[in-house]
Amino acid sequence: MSGSAHSEHAESKVRYGMVIDLDKCTGCGACSVACQQENNVSFRPDESDKLRTLSWMTLYRLENGADYPDYRAAMLPRPCMHCDSPHHSPCTFVCPVNATIRDEHTGIVDHVAVRCIGCRYCMVACPYHARSFNWWDPTWPKSMEAMLTPEVSPRMRGVVEKCTFCHHRLNLARDRARLNGEDPDTVLYTPACVEACPARAITFGNLKDPNSEVAKLAKDSRAFRILEKLHTEPKVYYLSSAQWIRRQSDNGL
Amino acid sequence: MDKALIPEGVKRCPLPVFGLWMLFLSAVIAWGIYAGYTVLFKGLNVTGLNNYFGFGLYITVDLGIIALGAGAFFSGFMYYGLSRFFPRLKELHKIINLAVIVGFCCYTGALLVLLLEIGQPLRGWFGYWHANVHSMLTEVIFCISCYAIVLVIEFVPIILENRKLDAIKPLHIFGHNLHEIMAVFAMTGTFLSFFHQGSLGGVPGVMFGRPFAYRTGFFIWPWTFFLFTLSAMACGPAFTAIICRIIEKVSRKTLVDRSVYELIAKITGSLLLIYLIFKSLDTLYWALDTAPGFGLKLSDFYRAPYGMWLLFAELGVCGVLPIILLLTPQTRNSNGLLFLGFFLNCAGIVINRFAMTVEALAIPVMPFDQWAVYIPTWAEWAPCIAMLAYGAVIVSLSYRYLPIFPREKELNP
Ligand code: SF4
Ligand code: SF4
Repeated sequence: MSGSAHSEHAESKVRYGMVIDLDKCTGCGACSVACQQENNVSFRPDESDKLRTLSWMTLYRLENGADYPDYRAAMLPRPCMHCDSPHHSPCTFVCPVNATIRDEHTGIVDHVAVRCIGCRYCMVACPYHARSFNWWDPTWPKSMEAMLTPEVSPRMRGVVEKCTFCHHRLNLARDRARLNGEDPDTVLYTPACVEACPARAITFGNLKDPNSEVAKLAKDSRAFRILEKLHTEPKVYYLSSAQWIRRQSDNGL
Repeated sequence: MDKALIPEGVKRCPLPVFGLWMLFLSAVIAWGIYAGYTVLFKGLNVTGLNNYFGFGLYITVDLGIIALGAGAFFSGFMYYGLSRFFPRLKELHKIINLAVIVGFCCYTGALLVLLLEIGQPLRGWFGYWHANVHSMLTEVIFCISCYAIVLVIEFVPIILENRKLDAIKPLHIFGHNLHEIMAVFAMTGTFLSFFHQGSLGGVPGVMFGRPFAYRTGFFIWPWTFFLFTLSAMACGPAFTAIICRIIEKVSRKTLVDRSVYELIAKITGSLLLIYLIFKSLDTLYWALDTAPGFGLKLSDFYRAPYGMWLLFAELGVCGVLPIILLLTPQTRNSNGLLFLGFFLNCAGIVINRFAMTVEALAIPVMPFDQWAVYIPTWAEWAPCIAMLAYGAVIVSLSYRYLPIFPREKELNP
């Protein structure tokens, strides 16, 4: 259960992870938009109720609480952390129907929408609020339907959804590797948010490969994860040289 | 026809009065069904739930009502299991039928509300098919449905005692034989109940990403597992006693000897005391060790409208006070104080269930996140209130047509 629990699963050589450099992030929201577009995340004509918004990549605004001229603010994009806690992720071991599971070959926390019964237990268990519920039937304006991504099925009303590290892109990359006679298990690919970030603030790759950029950045002196104390072991790392951001992200510890 | 169905030798209100009462309850149920239909047809967007409050009134009511319905399993356990060793528990015979009926209403009602609670009700059976053995919810799904079946089996012989049904020979024999083996079902129910009450406690307790709810524990079970079972045992019989008293008040009759209430007061008062000791230890350990371990202070968890008053209400007003009322002979002698004790006992457990679900979710875990408040809509209130009306229908019909109180004739000559 907690971080000290044993690992039940044999781990593979691959652990996809992400590093987001908050010193580079301008908060433009391109990652969020690209994610929404890529993954057919539906939306409503009126999105003013943020607590019911479908959002896989949410931008949080961080403030240091000081007055001008010491006031500082930063933006923090938050995808699913693909928690790697040894026993299970907070969300995966609570799901009664195995609709959300961690693929131990890649470390990606997946969600099977057609199996989800919509009990929302996973949503409640996730401390990062990374999961959203489909409160309404998904709809798009007629003119946008042609832009839907064919590789990603839209989710029906009454189920939960969240960031998958663009799992479909991984599958495409694996297919390509097979065709080229390469090892599909070690392919690299780029999620939509990484591709879209104009500031190149997001890096993605195999955390287990010591030579990968993502693994090097994760060990950077500026690196930290949100809420380390909970032992959810996120595979999303953040970089920041601002002490106040680091302090805030780990709950003041 | 109505007269012929009423148990021999007892008086019931005139049929038109009873009919009006039923009509009123049916109207409430119809309102709930309409709300349920709206939820199923339009989706959960008609509720006040959101991405932060995935669990709300439905779950709180379910957890509350299942704890209150624990009178069925615990009274059965005491009567069929423990009375061999403690003959005084035989007294419970006078109220055991009602305990079963109340339990039946609570569990079937909770299952109906649960059906609305999930976003994909048609996939409810996936819980059996794709069961995740690690999930506390899986345990809950299995145990609650099995226990609801046990309660039906326990209810059937009571129904068969109806004057007209009992006159049919095969049914009489069937009912009689069922009665004979009831201890087996009562014990099966006890086993199932112990587990699902506990698993319901495990549902918040295992969420290690949620410091307010998370508890360390024993083997795979968080402490809340045992606390939920214990608290349900403490409030279940008290709730049965309250229902019994309400029937007595409405029918203006004495239905059980006062000694039964006295006995229940001693049992539930003592259990509540044991529970409160453990609950306080658990709260202290959580406040001094678990929460600070996560970098949080006690005050981080209590903010308007879910302020400290909730903890005070749960442990003080609805914990210490009912213990005093139920365990002090003087206060136990006063009917008003005795039933106030029962009521506070039940209310405290319901507050606990609320805190472990709704309040637990109000607290943002990420420090830069917002503190949210949840307000249920009519679409949530209506099915919950209708469920209570449904319980009232079953209890009213049972009281009118079934001999559920063995002492009624003697106590009301
Ligand atoms: S961030 Fe939330 S949804 Fe993602 S793996 Fe962790 S607990 Fe699950
Ligand atoms: S909402 Fe879906 S994925 Fe989440 S716990 Fe329930 S069934 Fe599993």
